[in-house]
Amino acid sequence: MNTLLIIAAKEIRDGLRNRWVVATTLLMAALALSMSFLGAAPTGSVGVGPVEVTIVSLSSLTIFLLPLIALLLSFDAVVGEIDRGTMTLLLSYPVARWQVLLGKFLGHAAIIAFATVLGYGSAGAALFLSGAEIGPESWRAFAAMIGSSVLLGAAFTALGYLASTLVRDRGTAAGIAVAIWLGFVLLYDIALLGILVADGGKTVNAGVLNGLLLANPADAYRLFNLTGFGNVSLLAGTAGLAAQVQFSGTVLLAALAAWVAAPLALAVLLFSRKQI
Amino acid sequence: MTSEPTIIVEGVSKRYGDQHAVRGVDLALMPGECVAMVGHNGAGKSSLIKLMLGLTTPTEGRIRVLGGDPASAAASSIRRQVGFLPENVAFHPSMTGRETLDFYARLKGVPTQGNAALFERVGLESAAVARRVGTYSKGMRQRLALAQALLGAPRILFLDEPTTGLDPALRQSFYEIVAALRDAGTTVLLCSHALTELEGQADRVVVMSRGRKVADGSLATLRGLARLPVRIRLTLADGDVDGLARWVGEDAVLTRLAGGVVELACANDDKVGLVRRIACDGPAVHDIEIVQPSLDEMYAHFLRRPDMVGEAAE
Repeated sequence: MNTLLIIAAKEIRDGLRNRWVVATTLLMAALALSMSFLGAAPTGSVGVGPVEVTIVSLSSLTIFLLPLIALLLSFDAVVGEIDRGTMTLLLSYPVARWQVLLGKFLGHAAIIAFATVLGYGSAGAALFLSGAEIGPESWRAFAAMIGSSVLLGAAFTALGYLASTLVRDRGTAAGIAVAIWLGFVLLYDIALLGILVADGGKTVNAGVLNGLLLANPADAYRLFNLTGFGNVSLLAGTAGLAAQVQFSGTVLLAALAAWVAAPLALAVLLFSRKQI
Repeated sequence: MTSEPTIIVEGVSKRYGDQHAVRGVDLALMPGECVAMVGHNGAGKSSLIKLMLGLTTPTEGRIRVLGGDPASAAASSIRRQVGFLPENVAFHPSMTGRETLDFYARLKGVPTQGNAALFERVGLESAAVARRVGTYSKGMRQRLALAQALLGAPRILFLDEPTTGLDPALRQSFYEIVAALRDAGTTVLLCSHALTELEGQADRVVVMSRGRKVADGSLATLRGLARLPVRIRLTLADGDVDGLARWVGEDAVLTRLAGGVVELACANDDKVGLVRRIACDGPAVHDIEIVQPSLDEMYAHFLRRPDMVGEAAE
C-alpha cells in the first residue's frame, strides 16, 4: 500500500511541476464559470434555477473535454516511461508491476479529480455568491455532477492506461487514445442513432438500447446527469427519455465504475506479462 | 571466500521472436567478486542483466539470484538487496537530485537520512543536489545513477556501461567505490566497452558474443587460453638491430618501432627465458618494457573464434 502511495505522490508532483494540474484546473474553472454566468441569463421563465442550467451545459461539455484531458494525461504513462528508460530502473526496485500501474493511475486520477472538483467547484461557489435562490435538491445534483465527472475522467484515464500498455510505440499509443476518444465520444452515438433509424424498432428495443448506452462510459455519464434529477431533465429536454430509462443512478454509477476497473485490470494483466 | 554463489545462471536462453538475445549461458557469481562482462553491442550483455533482474523471463533455463527466482512474485525481498545502474540511465527531469534519490530510497525501504552521505560518496555537491535533474550534465547524471544503485548497501550490484561519458578523474573515483564495495563482499557485475579500464578492476572477465558466452576466467587464464604473443620492447644502446636479430634467431618475431625501439614478440611461456637471456648475455639495452596482450586484443581474439569456449579452471 505504501509503495502505491509513493508512486502516486511522485506522479502528482510531476503533474504539478509540468503545469498539468494548473493548466487543467484553470481550463475547467474558466469553462465552468463562463457556463454558469452565460447560463444564468435565460432562466426564470422555464422554472428552473441557474444550477440546473449550469449542470446541463457543463455536463454536455464535460463529455467532450474531460475524456480528452484524461487520455492526453494517460496515454504516455507506461509506454513513455519504457521509451525513456525510467521504467527499467523503476522495475528493478522492490515494486510489483501492479503497484507501479495502480500507483501511477491513482496519481493521474487524483490530478483529474483535483482539477474537476476545484474547477467546477469554483462555478458552484460563484453561483452561491451570486445570491440566487438555490434549493438543496439542486446542490445535490451539482455535487453528483462533479462526482460523476471525476468518475468519467477516471474511466478514460484507465482506457488511456490500457492503450499505453497495449503497444510498444508512443505514437501508436497516441493514435489509440485518439481513436478511443472519437469512438466513445463522437462516433458511438452517431452509430447508435443510425442503427435505430435503419432498424425502425424491429430488433433494437428499449432494453437493447439501454444496454448499448451502458456500454459507453460517456453515455452512462450523460444519462446519469441529464435524467437523474427531475429539474435537470426537464430543462435538458430529456424528461421523456428519463421515463424510458430503467436505470437508477446507482446502476449508472456502477457502470462508470466498471469502466474504471475493467480497463485497469486488463492493463495490469498486460503489463505484468510485458517483457521490458 | 567459500560461501554460496549469489547468482546462478543455468543454461539460460532468451528469444525475442526469431531473435536470440541470449543462448545457453551458464554463469555463477560469488560474493566479493567483481566480474566484467564484455562484448560488442547486441552481444546479449544487457539482455542477461535484465534476466537477472527479473525484468524479463528466460525462454529456457533457470536463474537464481540470492537463492530465489528474480522474476517471481516474491522477488521484492531479492530486489531490496540488488543495485542496478542501467545503460543510458534516465531520470524524471522535473525532479531534483535529492527528490529523485528520496523517491528511490522510499521505494527500497531505506531511510532517507543516509542520502546526504551517499551524495557525498559519489561526489554530487549540495548545490547540484537541489537542482532539477533535467539540468544535469552526463557526469552528474551518472553520479546520481550510482548513488541510487548504492542505496541500501546492496549485496549485488549490476553496472551496465557505468563509465560512459565520465572524465578520467571521475572514472577513477568510480572504480574506487566499486573496489570498496567488492572488498565488503558485494558481487559486482560490470558491463563495459572500455576494456582497458577494466584491467586491474575485474577479478574475472566474461566475454559474450552473439548471445553466447565465449570465454570466462581471470585475465591471466584468458591470456593463457588466447595464446597471444607477449611483446618485449627494447631500446638498444648501440642500435644494432641486425645483430639482435641474429642473436634472437627463431625464438621471437622481431619488429622495428619508431624511436629506435625494437619489439620482440614471443609466446607467453618463453617470455621469462627470453628476458633472462637478454639481461644476462644479450646486447646492451637502455630500457626494457614488457607489453602483455591487452584486454582489447584478447577480446578481439575471442570474438574471431566464437566456437571456442574457454572455461576458467579455478
